[in-house]
Amino acid sequence: MSPSPDFFTDRAEVAARHGALVNPPLMQRLPAVLVVAMVLGLAVLAMTRLEFSFARLGSGLVQLGTFLTLMVPPSPGGMAITFFKALGETVAIAVLGTTLAAVLAFPLGFLAARGVIGGAVLRFLTRRFSDSLRGVDTLIWALIWINVVGLGPFAGVLALITSDLGLFTKMFSEAIETADRKPSEGVVAAGGSRVHAIRFGLIPQVLPVFISQWLYMIESNTRSATIIGIVGAGGIGLHLAEMIRTYEWDRVAFIVLIVLATVALIDFLSTKIRLAVIGERAAA
Amino acid sequence: MPAPLLRLPDTALAPLMGQYDAALAARRRATLGGLAVFLLVLLVAAFVSEVHPERLFGNAGKFFDYIGRIFYLDDGRFAARDMGEWFWGLKRWLLKIGDTVLIAYLGTLIGALGAFAACFAASANLATSKGALFLMRRVLEFCRTVPELVFALIFVVAFGLGPVPGVLAIAIHTFGALGKLFAEVVENIDLKPVEGATSSGASRWQAIRYAVVPQVLSNFASYALLRFEINVRGAAVMGFVGAGGIGQDLIEAVRKFYYSDVSAILLLIIGTVMLIDLGAERLRHRLLSMEAAR
Repeated sequence: MSPSPDFFTDRAEVAARHGALVNPPLMQRLPAVLVVAMVLGLAVLAMTRLEFSFARLGSGLVQLGTFLTLMVPPSPGGMAITFFKALGETVAIAVLGTTLAAVLAFPLGFLAARGVIGGAVLRFLTRRFSDSLRGVDTLIWALIWINVVGLGPFAGVLALITSDLGLFTKMFSEAIETADRKPSEGVVAAGGSRVHAIRFGLIPQVLPVFISQWLYMIESNTRSATIIGIVGAGGIGLHLAEMIRTYEWDRVAFIVLIVLATVALIDFLSTKIRLAVIGERAAA
Repeated sequence: MPAPLLRLPDTALAPLMGQYDAALAARRRATLGGLAVFLLVLLVAAFVSEVHPERLFGNAGKFFDYIGRIFYLDDGRFAARDMGEWFWGLKRWLLKIGDTVLIAYLGTLIGALGAFAACFAASANLATSKGALFLMRRVLEFCRTVPELVFALIFVVAFGLGPVPGVLAIAIHTFGALGKLFAEVVENIDLKPVEGATSSGASRWQAIRYAVVPQVLSNFASYALLRFEINVRGAAVMGFVGAGGIGQDLIEAVRKFYYSDVSAILLLIIGTVMLIDLGAERLRHRLLSMEAAR
């Protein structure tokens, strides 16, 4: 039932009785007003400093509209084989880089976690090492590795390894620190050594977590691997940048679509694998 | 003295042990089979991505050489010996880093405002129709799956070189990422206030304004701050494709082998990112404690 029309006929009277609620005093509103003013002020400053202008935005949008019409229909324009090969390279870079990073991070994760192996000094060093690897973007690592091993997908693999090594070390050590200690204590109480405690008390708990983080990163790195091609570290990104710079918009649309489809496919597969692995562990 | 262990007679034990061994062997086989498939995939991946271990080991020294080299000035002195020479472009670089932070800020703000407008249509409990829900979710998914650098490349062609395409690229990606998170927050709200507002005659937008927004605003702000931290990192490489900020100077320094400039700019970027992370984290904790105090 809808409210009757005279439901609020005494609105003025209600407002008078609850003045502080209907029209809160300025002092109460001041913090919110100030925050909004600061946010907007900073935005205006940013827009002037970054040379935003409506003329530029307008002409840009018109251009963008033209590009969008040129993108339909997407077509590989006779380069389908090249593109799919490059896409395969991108996926290969992502899988290989993520996996090697995870393998290398496995021991580091134990070193960086509190109270498993190694002392405070070793832990401190491992953590700072992983922090500094993470502080630099994958794309910057790609640039540096290109200087070392030359242009090509190998530089991309190395760039993913370097930046993900830091990330995995952090994620793995957090998983280890949150693991239940009781199984390890049980192993020690039954006469196991420290190595036994880690192998039979800790690893069965953390391995499924590691595996699902690794699978998730493969998906996320497929997207990163698209980008590192732009600076010359292999994969589909190189073609994408080239097609954009030469205004081949139907090819650009084609590449974007196959990349999106690939990411969706990898997402689907990794969910399947994750369920299979974790289900098996849970049942065991 | 420990009590003697109870043991089944061997005849009863044997079939059980056999079953146990068989179960164990089956699991081992499954694991080994999985590992074999996995190794095969890895080998193919290594082949496709032209991995040459010998090239790596031959050049591994060069990597450390490079890392070391960027900390020395052109005249061979250790960079920290002459800070003025090392950070010779400090003023220009700081301005560029300021631009980078502003790009991230503006991009985050525009994206967050867009996500705020879109999230109610993308959450299952407040969407007006199934069709609109599906459509909005796909749009958000598209915006966050296409890497922001790809948007930047396209926008640079459309809007010209400079920070504008960088801001727009970050805004679109932020729109997609935050739209999803915001919608998840909205899906977890208490619906009773909404029912209360609607039953006393509020329209859809009035109900959202008075019953939903007060519940979600601090969470939204916290997610937006988190995104801002991520976007500062993203904005630092926007210059690689000509979309403004410090990235332009960095890629030039790397490509033209201005070794000490590379380390100086990298250190400035890392320092800025750390400062922003710290500040944003403090703000977020404050927001969350405000939420808890209510």
